[in-house]
Amino acid sequence: MHETRTISLTVNGETSTNAVPVRQNLVDFLRNTLGLTGSHVGCEHGVCGACTLEVNGAMVRGCLMLAVQADGAEITTVEGFADSGRGADLRQAFVDRNALQCGYCTPGMLASALEYVEGGGVADRSAIREHLSGNYCRCTGYQSIVDAVCDVIDGRARS
Amino acid sequence: MSGPQTIFDKPNTYIGKSVPRADAVRLTQGRGKYVDDIQLPRMLHAAFVRSPVAHGRIVSINVSEAKAVPGVTAVFTGADFVGQVEPYVGVLSHLAGLRSAPQMPLAVDVARWTGEPLVMVVASSRAIAEDAAALVEIDIEELDPATDMERALDADAPVIHAEFGSNLAWERLVEAGNPDAAFARDDVTVVERRFRFGRHTGVTLETRASVVEYDPSERMLTYWYSGQAPHMMQFILAKHLGLPEENVRVVSQDVGGSFGIKIHTYGDDIATAAAAKILGRPVKFVADRLESFLTDIHARDHVVDGRIAVTADGKIAALAFDDVTGIGPYSMYPRTSAIEANQVLNLTGAPYLIEHYRARARVVFQNKNMMCQYRAVGHPIAMAVADGLLEDAANEIGMDVVEIRRRNLVRDDAYPTVSATGMKFDDLSHHKSLDRLVEMMDYDARRAEHARLRKEGIHRGIGLVSMVEVTNPSPMFYGIGGAPIASQDGTTIRLEAGGAIHVSSSVTEQGQGTNAILAQIAAGVFGVPLDRVKVTTGDTRSTPYGGGTWASRGAGIGGEATLQAAHALKQQVLEVAATILQSTPDKFDIVDGHVVDADGGPPRMSLSDLARTVYYRGNELPSDLSPELVATRHYRVSDFPFVFTNGAMAAEVELDPETGFVKVLNFWAVEDCGRVINPQLVDGQIRGGVVQGIGGAFYEECIYSEDGQLENATMADYLVPMAFEMPDIFVAHVETPTKTSVLGAKGAGEAGTGGAPAALMNAVNDALRPLGASIHQMPMTPERVLKALGTV
Amino acid sequence: MKAAEFKYERPGSLAEAFALLEDGDLDATPLAGGQSLVPMMNFRLAQPGMLVDLSALDEIKGISGDGGGLRIGAMTRYVDLAASALVAERAPLMAMALPHIAHAAIRNRGTIGGSVALADPAAEMPALLLALDAEITVQSSAGTKTHAAADFFLGMYETALQSGELVTAITVPAPAPDRRFAFYELARRHGDYAMAGVAVAASGAPGGVCSDYRVAFFSVSDRALRATAAEAALDGKVPMDGAEAAIAALGEIPFAGDLNAATATKQHLSGVVLKRALERV
Repeated sequence: MHETRTISLTVNGETSTNAVPVRQNLVDFLRNTLGLTGSHVGCEHGVCGACTLEVNGAMVRGCLMLAVQADGAEITTVEGFADSGRGADLRQAFVDRNALQCGYCTPGMLASALEYVEGGGVADRSAIREHLSGNYCRCTGYQSIVDAVCDVIDGRARS
Repeated sequence: MSGPQTIFDKPNTYIGKSVPRADAVRLTQGRGKYVDDIQLPRMLHAAFVRSPVAHGRIVSINVSEAKAVPGVTAVFTGADFVGQVEPYVGVLSHLAGLRSAPQMPLAVDVARWTGEPLVMVVASSRAIAEDAAALVEIDIEELDPATDMERALDADAPVIHAEFGSNLAWERLVEAGNPDAAFARDDVTVVERRFRFGRHTGVTLETRASVVEYDPSERMLTYWYSGQAPHMMQFILAKHLGLPEENVRVVSQDVGGSFGIKIHTYGDDIATAAAAKILGRPVKFVADRLESFLTDIHARDHVVDGRIAVTADGKIAALAFDDVTGIGPYSMYPRTSAIEANQVLNLTGAPYLIEHYRARARVVFQNKNMMCQYRAVGHPIAMAVADGLLEDAANEIGMDVVEIRRRNLVRDDAYPTVSATGMKFDDLSHHKSLDRLVEMMDYDARRAEHARLRKEGIHRGIGLVSMVEVTNPSPMFYGIGGAPIASQDGTTIRLEAGGAIHVSSSVTEQGQGTNAILAQIAAGVFGVPLDRVKVTTGDTRSTPYGGGTWASRGAGIGGEATLQAAHALKQQVLEVAATILQSTPDKFDIVDGHVVDADGGPPRMSLSDLARTVYYRGNELPSDLSPELVATRHYRVSDFPFVFTNGAMAAEVELDPETGFVKVLNFWAVEDCGRVINPQLVDGQIRGGVVQGIGGAFYEECIYSEDGQLENATMADYLVPMAFEMPDIFVAHVETPTKTSVLGAKGAGEAGTGGAPAALMNAVNDALRPLGASIHQMPMTPERVLKALGTV
Repeated sequence: MKAAEFKYERPGSLAEAFALLEDGDLDATPLAGGQSLVPMMNFRLAQPGMLVDLSALDEIKGISGDGGGLRIGAMTRYVDLAASALVAERAPLMAMALPHIAHAAIRNRGTIGGSVALADPAAEMPALLLALDAEITVQSSAGTKTHAAADFFLGMYETALQSGELVTAITVPAPAPDRRFAFYELARRHGDYAMAGVAVAASGAPGGVCSDYRVAFFSVSDRALRATAAEAALDGKVPMDGAEAAIAALGEIPFAGDLNAATATKQHLSGVVLKRALERV
């Protein structure tokens, strides 16, 4: 009755094969089946950005993609970024600037910010705000997040 | 107060320093532990069928098809919980006359708002629970709804609770002096305005969530929830599920934002606990975003008719207003839904010397979602009414808006004072804060620039607010009225064998940095490096008893308890040290994890040596010494009902008169929250608060149709502030420590949300004024601005 | 909320896709980028019997030159359009508008064909295609059809697309050398659906008289639509010289209000966005 498919994918460098209900979205699969609870669910309609994660090199909404669509994909979540050290300077800048309070938006916010930094984004506050405009944060007022992203871009330019 | 007054000057204090908080590191690595992250063996998932109508009699419910869905464990209706759950009523004895009807977790006979839970399905997954919920057949006979709060008291309005005879929940009148005579004076200018404040909601990014486990063998209920007040929930669950209080454990781990949303009793949460108890299996309920919009408490929703009289020299002669607010069909349990209106009565005009004052509030039932305390309860209304009237009056008499404030703000050296509404104030700094604001924003130059730009067709405006914020509440807030809500908090600090300290406290962490500041206080006062402090909060089993987090009390109350506990533990440790080192305690100090001579010099003994001696080698100690390397202290505010803070804020906006769009160019906030423990965290509270205030002023509104349907219950349609439109916010501090504690800290969590809307509305009106228009309705949407301009 | 149960197939060829879509018993719905359909499913507002995932259909992905114009496969993502030098050169209007379409993460999956087939009246893409005189290629097992954009968008979420058909490509004609464009929208927050928006195209020298105007509005009515009376009012005029008459001619549009703007507000703002777009042509 509940249609399932077997998918194989690489998540944070590890491959796995799982039977998934075809109606299950990617973020639910990552959280509930693989235990990767770092990606958060905030709205399930693609607006809040809390579930933003990397699929085949692009940051996407984990709630707007089906797990079955990730068959063969390479996925990186906040746990993967932490494990590999990718974006370590960004995470440190978030800590230094207190660019998070409750932390619920943070994994998605970091993903979007990383996309901006790695995409060659410049330390222009308005451009950073534009790129992050799809990630909702109720706590910080965004300013410290923009500060953190600027710090990282400046830091990378120096080194 | 007596105490270690020198702690703030010690070289190893962390008080006043912007040290990064430990929690931030793990949260950036995806290592948070939120409620939905919890997976328990045999756990079930709940989904609810909710009322599709604002008001309706439940004729019949057929759950047989839903029950037959494979994977469904149970289906509960309201009737199934009768006898299992004791009904609850949201009234408090100190709010005289407040009335509300008993509530059950699921509506039993009548549904009274769209979204009210009617049926609960418990299944092996949330998806299956939803599949089954879709098969529940409910026959509802629609009743006329009373949705418009302004018509809810009309004689022909449908009465929501027949036993009350009307939809009036509460009414209060405050009067001081002789306002009628003051308004009638022939030497005053009177300004009247009608203010409208839209319905908001908190939109915590993590929705409300609970996981409940019940072990029938021990009759032990464990309730993990995303919330702010574990001990309050312990009492409520015990009382209404019929369990001994000690058999209920409430745990709040990481909380993805709360802002007052997660401090109330929600039917779906109670139903989840009841189901877990009945089924003997863990049950998880995580509200989806639609459920959040429909059922998380809403706030504001006031219509205020206000009047101010000022003399030609700008003195406030009188202030009066009439407030109507709609709270939904019940007063929320246990804090009640009358508090916001009460705050409006108490706080409007509070920064100013006002002798003649009259305020009436009427709190009415209506068939909409319930309204209750959300960040900055009542403050945005109180500040916008008083400072909106004041700035409009200043313009009527041709006076600058800073100058009129200087002529009316209570003098900084006048404290303690009592306001027209009976509020006691002390240690405030309105003038100093205003001066700092004017300087920081370069007020005069900016005004001149605006005048020049106006000639070029650029319409900018400046608006200010002088405000107070309720923080550090005493038992006068809730406890006096019979609510199971502690105003005191406790902290236990224990010296670990390795020389670190462990702090456990009853205040809670929702991201504001409570854990971090408790660690800073404890480390500095006791004398260990910050990284040798571990903090536990949010667990009724392992923390002292206390109120949790609300009304900006974590730093002021939890912080003081921590300071006192750290000081006590230090004295206890020094006693042990003195015995071992054969001297007296006053000869020693604790610095950087070591016992040192009080007058300096090299370390005499490490804390780990001391602790290991006590814990492992008691044989080395005199037999009459019984060392206690743990200390607990509790603290409450007892001299004042609340410890008020003050602030001054200003907004600069640019209006596009063709489109009605308003851009916030700059925002400045000067805050006096007493002793600042961690400036970075305080600034984060102010900025985040201001942005929520910008949300209230320009974006956020729960839009209901006339028949009580919430029309914008998605994140695409309920507009919250996003990064692109927000300004950078300049923050400065004036520090006037409160004398009610040694620490001297007051709260800072709600100032931005409470004050910003007033400053923003004043700024928009400053920009509109040369165009002959004004607006006193929030949110100030482009369409409303265009209407104000007469364009549409 | 979780999506209701459905079946799922990811065909490897258009022929396989058509077979699934044309089988009435399956109640199949094509899934393009999913950035609009999946939210509807997550609210259980859409409950298809089967999703036919088009993501493996490489034959309908990618951007190529078509004469001096463009041929864009329906499964081309917004992010690919934004990165394309060919799009920037031959359809600069699209390049102007893309940053305003939702947010980066949505553009990383959202497709041009999905937007065209959905025909959300508030979406930018249908209006862009109207202003660009684009053609929409539609295929089924019965063959290939081509619709002018002007004939394709029929109403709210309503198009000329027949059951079993798929949008497979968008073609944009080569712009005349003096073709100029402007785009302007008023959104309450960046990336939101606009309160009103317009795409304008015209031919002529900068600062000079223009002809062959296209004025296409979105988020003001039940569909994206051309304001042909406004276009006529502008014809042969310097853009700003014709603005007043063009705005006066907007009464032809069947404006429709929403939560952010009542009908009268839509009409007023349409005039504003048109004026501002004309300033930028």
